[in-house]
Amino acid sequence: MKLSGSEIFVEALKREGVKTIFGIPGGVVLKIFDVLHQQNDIEVILTRHEQGAGHMAEGYAKATGQPGVALITSGPGMTNVITPLADAYMDSVPIIAFSGQVPTPLIGNDAFQEADNIGLSRPCTKYNFLVKDVNDLAVTIKEAFYIAKTGRPGPVLVDIPKDISMAKTDFKYPESVSIRGYNPTYEGSKWQIKQAAEAILKSKRPILYIGGGVIFSGASREVRELAEMMQIPVDMTLMALGAFPGDHPLSLGMLGMHGTYVANMAIHYSDLVIAVGARFDDRVTGKVSEFCPQAKIIHIDIDPTSIRKNIHVHIPIVGDCKRVLQELNQILRATVNGDQKELRKPWWDQINAWRAEHPLRYDQPPDGKIKPQYVIDRLYQLTADRDPIVATDVGQHQMWTAQFFKLANPRTWLTSGGLGTMGFGFPAALGAQAAFRKRLVLCIAGDGSIQMNAQELATAVVNKLPVKVFIMNNHFHGMVRQWQDLFYEGRYASSYLDVVPDFVKLAEAYGAAGLRLEKVSDVDDVIREALALDKPVFVDVMVDQFENCYPMIPAGGCNHEMILSDPPELKERQKMGVPKHQESKDGVLTA
Amino acid sequence: MAQHDTEHIINITIENKFGALSRVAGLFSGRGFNIESLSVAPTLDPTVSMMTIVTKGDDWIIEQIIKQLNKVIDVIKVVDISESDFVERETALIKVHTRPEDRAEALRIADIFRANVVDSSPTSYTIEVTGDVRKVQAIINLLQPLGIKELVRTGRIAIMREPIRTGAATRSLAKAN
Repeated sequence: MKLSGSEIFVEALKREGVKTIFGIPGGVVLKIFDVLHQQNDIEVILTRHEQGAGHMAEGYAKATGQPGVALITSGPGMTNVITPLADAYMDSVPIIAFSGQVPTPLIGNDAFQEADNIGLSRPCTKYNFLVKDVNDLAVTIKEAFYIAKTGRPGPVLVDIPKDISMAKTDFKYPESVSIRGYNPTYEGSKWQIKQAAEAILKSKRPILYIGGGVIFSGASREVRELAEMMQIPVDMTLMALGAFPGDHPLSLGMLGMHGTYVANMAIHYSDLVIAVGARFDDRVTGKVSEFCPQAKIIHIDIDPTSIRKNIHVHIPIVGDCKRVLQELNQILRATVNGDQKELRKPWWDQINAWRAEHPLRYDQPPDGKIKPQYVIDRLYQLTADRDPIVATDVGQHQMWTAQFFKLANPRTWLTSGGLGTMGFGFPAALGAQAAFRKRLVLCIAGDGSIQMNAQELATAVVNKLPVKVFIMNNHFHGMVRQWQDLFYEGRYASSYLDVVPDFVKLAEAYGAAGLRLEKVSDVDDVIREALALDKPVFVDVMVDQFENCYPMIPAGGCNHEMILSDPPELKERQKMGVPKHQESKDGVLTA
Repeated sequence: MAQHDTEHIINITIENKFGALSRVAGLFSGRGFNIESLSVAPTLDPTVSMMTIVTKGDDWIIEQIIKQLNKVIDVIKVVDISESDFVERETALIKVHTRPEDRAEALRIADIFRANVVDSSPTSYTIEVTGDVRKVQAIINLLQPLGIKELVRTGRIAIMREPIRTGAATRSLAKAN
């Protein structure tokens, strides 16, 4: 029996186990939506913006480990999904975007809603396809999923012209694919793994520096085994949170620009860095020439380009983190002797001293302004037993969540790391909630970033996705304001948000619930109230406007040189509040 | 990690399909790598093209270029030709403006470089020259005073020399001597 391109599309997606598609229809994808409409195996979630669809696919993929799928139309549909594709490319998220395209005879004609989808998406996808013949459609979809999921995961775009989705052919779905130019290396070099084991046995001050690759590879157990067996402290990147339990005694928390004091000191003074699935991003290394001056570096990563890109590596191991660690642990188990706790005591004494010296802290006066850290900390305490999935936007609230929300499990953390996309959090949380209807999904956002995708409230309400959104409302782009305070003498160029909508009313306008939190004494109650509601909630948390996120390593600074609190001159300046001409009518700022 | 830039000739075996060239070109521009010349044409297998890129960089950058090229899914194989013994060639078509008194000189120069005259008009010769980059540059330098109207170069292509077995072959040579 012959099937149309659209029917082939739906059949192929079923074979790939797709349960949910996020998207918005348009002229050239109507046929595909029409076929989707007439079946029940795949749920279609209509979003309110294609960017929302892309981030939902990302949230879905990060939470489940399965590729997320977005379906959008040509032209503006495609350009709107570029940000999620770029975001997914930076953070290695397997999503597949299917874009409609004008009919093949019209391509290149500046047809209505035409865009060069392949050209637009080339630098922000792992691979992209234009389907020019309906006979190629099934195998293309198979290849798209294969490329997105395997090796270092990433986004793939498949561009389907309208005539291809209408044309008919026999449907045969390939069992497997092989692409001659694409053969990811999974097995690490045995010799290099042996070298790594020897280096670990010799090291006096080793540290594990783990990244998002640990989560993609499912290597949490192996990391934990290695850390516990050899008593190695664990530093996590922003992307790795949840890969190792945040409250584990060996965890030093997040490292990098806003990492903990102990995480940054420990890596700086270590003599052996074991990097697993991390890429030595500039937010982690700080000044490259002074990164870990005394350390030998072992780097385990599936992507050879990540190795020796920024940092000289002594023992490079290209391979899948899980498999490499399994082998490494096996060698270590066979050779290790002596009490590792005893052996590592001097190193741990030093680490514990750092830990005690500058722990993460905030001062919450009982009747003062609400500190954002306090709300996040309470949210963590009150939900930890429910193993929530936590999404964030980008900025101060993101860093505070990374610091205070001690995630216990992998795939519970949805954040935009590499691209730093404001507006990511809310749709990503919806994507995760669509995958796990019963789980508690939280989104912590800022008043600036939530406005970048607030339209998805409609998607949340219509699809009954009861995400709990906590908006740290300070009437600022807070991180920008912090940089301006620290490096631009307090000139708040375009960081002050004069008008912020009433988020309670906004939520209610869409049919969601809205709550406002203004007093410290109400924090626990309002959190409980929000959690008890069986629908999407916006909680508008009025926080201290001038709270800054510390520790902080200034861009290009050195990891052991952290700013730990507001410099005195900054405190003086802030006492004066926001300059007069920037004051809002309701006096929120001067209160 | 301060090293000096050296020139590298990289041969890339790549799928001969839509967009493959732009993936490689985009990689170079997107990551700020430098392309001195690029030439591409199908191989014996029509599904595969051979691309020759001449680039410059220190060891650190060249390592990244090769790794990044390997990562491109359409790329099948990457060889840094300049790591080994190789032969390189480039062809140039040079249209030289010739006044009557220069015509003999132009032909003499072409002759010295074993270049061919492939087109001629009362006021010009078009000269085809093939050689390594120094030879092509040398003839251009000599023809320039006469007046070059147009210059088209293919970009460089290179191929590895077949290794000569030092065993039996050298021994028989020695015997002959």
